[in-house]
Amino acid sequence: MGTRIQADAFDLGAEANAFAAAHPGAGAVVTFTGLVRDLASGDLQAMEIEHYPGMTEKAVEAYRAEAVARFDLAGAWVIHRYGPLKPHEPIMMVATAARHRADAFAAAEYLMDWLKSRAPFWKKEITARDSAWVEARAADEDALARWQGAD
Amino acid sequence: MIDLLYFAWVRERIGLPKEQVESSAATVAELVAELKTREPRYEAAFADLSALRVALDQELSDFDAPLEGVREVAFFPPMTGG
Repeated sequence: MGTRIQADAFDLGAEANAFAAAHPGAGAVVTFTGLVRDLASGDLQAMEIEHYPGMTEKAVEAYRAEAVARFDLAGAWVIHRYGPLKPHEPIMMVATAARHRADAFAAAEYLMDWLKSRAPFWKKEITARDSAWVEARAADEDALARWQGAD
Repeated sequence: MIDLLYFAWVRERIGLPKEQVESSAATVAELVAELKTREPRYEAAFADLSALRVALDQELSDFDAPLEGVREVAFFPPMTGG
């Protein structure tokens, strides 16, 4: 239930409401949603997201469970899509619930940092002219460092 | 037999998503060295190991890792999820 890897679109509002309703003891719910960003040139036709079936589910669930334990969450959900997506469609979301907002915010950032650089997804940007794999950013790798060695 | 899986541009350069190989390589690095001698497309895919990541039986690992008991080896570029 907490981890969903799917091709289908999802409804942000409905998911956020269902998540909040599932955690009645929480005083804070944070959600983050990643959308397909257009290129600077404005001519993105589609984004193709490839993943590693089997490993994806295990890795995402492991990071989700780690976030719940580390930040003493009431719960966390991760939804991540794969397949062809159109500009501005939701790619993924995380939702975290905690007694107080600091843990909910921190857990959402923690989950995003790990999902970005360690969950086996690869994005390809497709235009009318060509297509290119999105390159990992050094800043995303650096973002992981702040969670390591801090325990 | 070991299952080899390739993702993203590694898959495109090698030209297939999955294959089975017979190998006596002791480590991932030795396996890569064997593959590179097969055909130019493997040489192209594995030219720069610093640009690649490896998973052994669906767990992230590294090129020095031993292959004993491993059934599935996956090669791919750094992930870009989220």
